[in-house]
Amino acid sequence: MMKDFEYFSPKTVEEVLSLLSEHGGEAKIIAGGQSMLVVMRQGLLSPEYVVDIKGVSALDYMSYDEREGLRIGALTTHRVIEKSALIQEHFRVLSEMERNLATIQTRNWGTIGGNLCHGDPSGDPAPVLIALDAKLRLKSLSGERVVALEAFGKDMLEVDLEPGEILVEIQVPTPRPFTGVAHEKLMAVQGDAGIVGAAVSITLKPGDGVCEDARVVLSNAASVPLRVKEAEKRLIGKVLKEQLLVEAGEVASAVADPPGDIHGTAKYRREMLKVFVRRVGARALERAKGR
Amino acid sequence: MKGEPKELKVKVNGKLYELKVKPKALLSDVLRKELKLTGTKRGCLESTCGVCTVILDGKAVRSCSVLALQSNGHEVTTIEGLAEGDKLHPIQEAFVKQGAIECGFCIPGRVMMAKALLDENPNPTREEVRLAMQGVLCADAGYVKQIEAVEVAAEKMRGGE
Repeated sequence: MMKDFEYFSPKTVEEVLSLLSEHGGEAKIIAGGQSMLVVMRQGLLSPEYVVDIKGVSALDYMSYDEREGLRIGALTTHRVIEKSALIQEHFRVLSEMERNLATIQTRNWGTIGGNLCHGDPSGDPAPVLIALDAKLRLKSLSGERVVALEAFGKDMLEVDLEPGEILVEIQVPTPRPFTGVAHEKLMAVQGDAGIVGAAVSITLKPGDGVCEDARVVLSNAASVPLRVKEAEKRLIGKVLKEQLLVEAGEVASAVADPPGDIHGTAKYRREMLKVFVRRVGARALERAKGR
Repeated sequence: MKGEPKELKVKVNGKLYELKVKPKALLSDVLRKELKLTGTKRGCLESTCGVCTVILDGKAVRSCSVLALQSNGHEVTTIEGLAEGDKLHPIQEAFVKQGAIECGFCIPGRVMMAKALLDENPNPTREEVRLAMQGVLCADAGYVKQIEAVEVAAEKMRGGE
C-alpha cells in the first residue's frame, strides 16, 4: 500500500527548483510516474514530498537543426517521440526503440526524462541515446551543468542527480555521415522489458569503408546501462566483417555482469548478448552503408 | 501536511466534478470509489494488465498508473461515457455482435483502447489494431474476435455498413 505524502504541482521550472531546494532530499519528482508509482506501491520508495512536474509545459518540446542537433525536453512523452516525423526522418532508431517500449498507454503518459532519471538498467532509451552520444542538461537553483548520458548511471536505480537538481533537456548531436545506429532487445512479447538489449552505432570512413567509430551499449547487462569500449575497439579501424561482429559480441558478453532472474539466468543472458551485439551490429553496419 | 486532500477539478464523460482527494489516490480509485463509475475495472494494479484503461485528453492511459491529481484540469472518458442512453457505441455494438466478450472483465479497458485508436486512426491496419489490443490482457485469450470487432467497428464508424 502506498504511503501518504505531501503533493505539489508547480507549473514552471523555477517553482520546481524552489520546492526541491526547500524540501531537500525528502522530495521526489514525479513526471509520468509509469515506473515510480510501481515502486511506490511496492513500498520501495516512500517520499515525504512529491513534486509533480508533469504540468511544466515548458519542458515538453523537441527541436532539431543540423548544427545544434536534436533537443528533447525532459517531459516529452515516449509516444510523441515514437510518432514524430522529425524523429522518424533524422533519428529513426529512437522511434523504433520507442515502438517497443512497453504499451501504448505507458508511452502516452510516460516521459523520456522520467525514464532516464529512474535509472533502470533494463530501460531502452538510455542505451540508444548513449549510442547516439547524448548529453543531459541538468538544472538547479545554483546553475546548470551538462553531463554525458554515459556517465549518468551510478548504480541500479541511481543516477547522477543532486538533491535540488532536475533533468531539463536531452541533447543529441547530429550523427556524422555514414553512421548507422540500430537497437533490438530480446522479448517474449513485444513491449516487454528487454531480457537483454543492445544498441550499436557504427560510423564508416567515406571511400574505403573502414570503421571510424563505434559504440556498443547494452541493457540489462549490469547495474547501469553498459557501454563496452573493449567491444568497440574490436571494430574501430577495421573493414567490418561478420567475424568481427561475432568477436565484439563475445567481448561484450565477457565484460557484462547480467542479472539472473525468472526471465533468464545470467548464463543465458550472456549468450543472448553475443547474439544481439552481432545482430544489431550487422544492422547498424547496413545502415551506415546506406542500405 | 502529509496526505492532506487536495482539490481536484476534472471533467469525466463531459461532466465537471470538483472534489478533494488524497495525493496518493490513483485515478482508478477516484473513478470507482468517489464517482462510482465502476465500469472501469482494476486488475493487476502494477501497470501490467491494462484493464483499467481510460482516455485522458484523447490518449489511452492506465488509470491505476496515474495519480488522480494529475488529471486536475483535464478531461477523462470512461466506458460509461460511450453509450448514448440505451444506444451502444459502435465499438460496444461490434464487440457484442462479433461475440468478442467472454468473461467481460477486460472489455471496458479494451473498448477504451479501441476508442482511442480509432479516434486517432480511423482506418488502422490489422497490425495497428493488434498492437493496440496488446495493451490490455485477456485472461480468456479471446484476442482474435476482439481484433475483428475493432475492425468491424472501424468500418462502421467510417460510414460503411
